[in-house]
Amino acid sequence: MPKMNLSHFEAAFLFSLFTSIVLGVVTKRTDRDRLHYGLYTFACFLAALFGLGWVMYLGHG
Amino acid sequence: MAKEKEQRQPMALVSAWAPALALGWLIPGGGHFLLKRPGRGALLLVSVTSMFLCGLMMRGAMFQPATGDLLTTLINTGGFIGDLCSGILYLLSVWLGYNQADMAGHVHDYGTKFLVTAGLLNVLAMVDAFEIAAGRKD
Repeated sequence: MPKMNLSHFEAAFLFSLFTSIVLGVVTKRTDRDRLHYGLYTFACFLAALFGLGWVMYLGHG
Repeated sequence: MAKEKEQRQPMALVSAWAPALALGWLIPGGGHFLLKRPGRGALLLVSVTSMFLCGLMMRGAMFQPATGDLLTTLINTGGFIGDLCSGILYLLSVWLGYNQADMAGHVHDYGTKFLVTAGLLNVLAMVDAFEIAAGRKD
């Protein structure tokens, strides 16, 4: 089994991607809504990722 | 309240949804394939399997049920159930000896979370397959 060495950002990015796809597929009733919700969730994950990253960076001084 | 009772649909027969639920647990997206939703099934299969494989390649740990104080029981038993929900992915990785002890390091920690989350995402897929099979969703 090959070993993956990912940074925090890469791991969180992959986590966001896979989770958004599943959330998009299972929550809505039309394909259009599923696509929109998947993209929206992914954008929210990334916004939280960058937002919390900056909060931690500024919090550390 | 009365309207809610009127709108409530009767529970579908177990034989209508149990195969989709069981196959959905065993193979991520399998319930959707059985219910002739191959596109959604493929997306679920790829996403859940990719997340699980990433977790394995990051050398994430598999939880074992353990008792002790409340938090230990909750984390270990909950994590074990989450791992188990990945179905054949979990069973194969344990049978083939890919489960490993918990190690320090952020990559291993992410890996452990990836493994549990793959199982939890599969639970969402199973619930979706149940709703489709029971006629609550198209």
